Amino acid sequence: MLDRKNNRLLIVLSILTLVIGGCYILYQLNFDILFYQLPSRLNRVVTMIIVGTAIAISTVIFQTITRNRILTPSIMGLDSVYLFIQTVIVFIGGAQSILLMNDFVNYIASMLILVLFTVLVFRYLFKFTGSHVFLLLLIGIILGTFFSSLSSFMQMLINPDDFLILQSSMFASFNAINESLIWITGGVVLLMLVIVLKDFHSLDVIALGRDHAVNLGVNYDRKISQLLLIIAVLVSVATALVGPIMFLGLLVVNLAHEMFRTFKHRYLLIGSTLIAVITLLLGQMLTQYVFKQAVEISVIINLAGGIYFIILMLKESRR
Amino acid sequence: MIDLKGISKIYGQKKVVNDVSVSIAKGKVTSFIGPNGAGKSTLLSMVTRLLDQDSGDVLLEGENILQSPSDKLAKKIAILKQSNNLDLKITVRELISFGRFPYTKGRLNDKDHEIINEAIRYMELEDFEDRYIDELSGGQRQRVYIAMTIAQDTEYIFLDEPLNNLDMKHSVQIMQILRRLVRERNKTIIIVIHDINFASCYSDNIVAMKDGEVVISGKKDDVIQKQILEDIYEMDINIECIYGQQICVYFDEHKDASVDDFIEDQVHLRV
Repeated sequence: MLDRKNNRLLIVLSILTLVIGGCYILYQLNFDILFYQLPSRLNRVVTMIIVGTAIAISTVIFQTITRNRILTPSIMGLDSVYLFIQTVIVFIGGAQSILLMNDFVNYIASMLILVLFTVLVFRYLFKFTGSHVFLLLLIGIILGTFFSSLSSFMQMLINPDDFLILQSSMFASFNAINESLIWITGGVVLLMLVIVLKDFHSLDVIALGRDHAVNLGVNYDRKISQLLLIIAVLVSVATALVGPIMFLGLLVVNLAHEMFRTFKHRYLLIGSTLIAVITLLLGQMLTQYVFKQAVEISVIINLAGGIYFIILMLKESRR
Repeated sequence: MIDLKGISKIYGQKKVVNDVSVSIAKGKVTSFIGPNGAGKSTLLSMVTRLLDQDSGDVLLEGENILQSPSDKLAKKIAILKQSNNLDLKITVRELISFGRFPYTKGRLNDKDHEIINEAIRYMELEDFEDRYIDELSGGQRQRVYIAMTIAQDTEYIFLDEPLNNLDMKHSVQIMQILRRLVRERNKTIIIVIHDINFASCYSDNIVAMKDGEVVISGKKDDVIQKQILEDIYEMDINIECIYGQQICVYFDEHKDASVDDFIEDQVHLRV
């Protein structure tokens, strides 16, 4: 009964995604510059699908592992490490550094460092902390704070012109993304998606908690460290592609929970991905057509998300 | 048959479970009793691989459980711990369906649905099988979890304080169901239980623990003895035979003015 309702909801969301995506691509299309405009818009849409998927999937899994609906993978400190990498590049090489100016080099360097950071720190710590996820997260918070303090210290020292250029990498942006990077990221995200979807039933079991999961035959500790790695890769590639945008995850996963009212990851994974893509499309349309690129998309998403959470809080407190 | 050989668990300096060796007979109800902090729940967690022991082996029918794959083990032993609070939108039926996960990995067939229905009937949950579990009372929820372990259909069922949150009626009901599982399906049931009278009335064997060690393990009549129980619980316990059951009466006989006056008053009032 509930499943049928949720299936219908998925179909509605899919159609909505297609319609909004179509609107975005076709809106005020200028046939004189069609061969420039169309590929550029298609690139953005593909980027939004890839990033939306990565953020939504990683947040759903992360909240399932931690059994907490207000956490996002950003608590693992990856955003801060990303900003730290960018700051260090400017600090050492200046804003003209090839590591910053060349998208491709910057992407590969950021992604490798982020993945390496997660693998080394979290894989090692996961063993060291005896598989206590929350202890791991506490260490993540401390490392995150450490890196963001270090970044702001360095930002004080660099010259203001360099800082302005650096500032642009502090906000997520879907404009002018290098095409080959889109395909690399898309490939990585798709691979992670296949691994997750192949075994999405065990996510349902993990949501019951460690004791139940072990009782039902899930190799819990190994599964968790595998999932943490998948989350890290997803967050790293998405952040390296467009910049820090983790708040989106919190927003869309909570919306998915509100809409689907189920524990089943089949619905949560697909549903929150669709919602993420829709949110990004709407945000991008607002930045492009309403605000004429005056504000960044992440600002709009943070604003919308903030308002949504205030509404949610007011609604909950009235109950 | 499950054999525990020299199981120990150490937290810091404290040996919570100290060199426990005991055998659990097949097709019986075995109760673990003892005061708080005796190490019963910790021992149960180690026997069911939820917790790694610092030393010792658990042999399930001769095979070391740490050497068998976890998913294979899930078809032989089921464990239900005492604290179960889920913050999930999940219905009674969906939760019980998880009991079939070791066999189906999430894809249920007709036979699985039949087993789930049977578990629901067994625990008399038909009336609210479509309710969300966060809408149930503590006792109803406990019955749902037990139904889930029944749906798991394992030879060995471990329950950590299954009577928590339950009133007398439902406690008796659960214990009768456990006896029925042993009689009708030849299950082996191992429970940690605090109420020694429930242990005395419904178990075949009892293992009594204190300070992380096994004090005595044997048939229930050998364990439910005045001297033994008084040593374990460090209080006066009288055992009376009522309707053929050994019942422990354990209201403290030490002289204490505040309590004794109250009891004496009541005796006078009744006379």
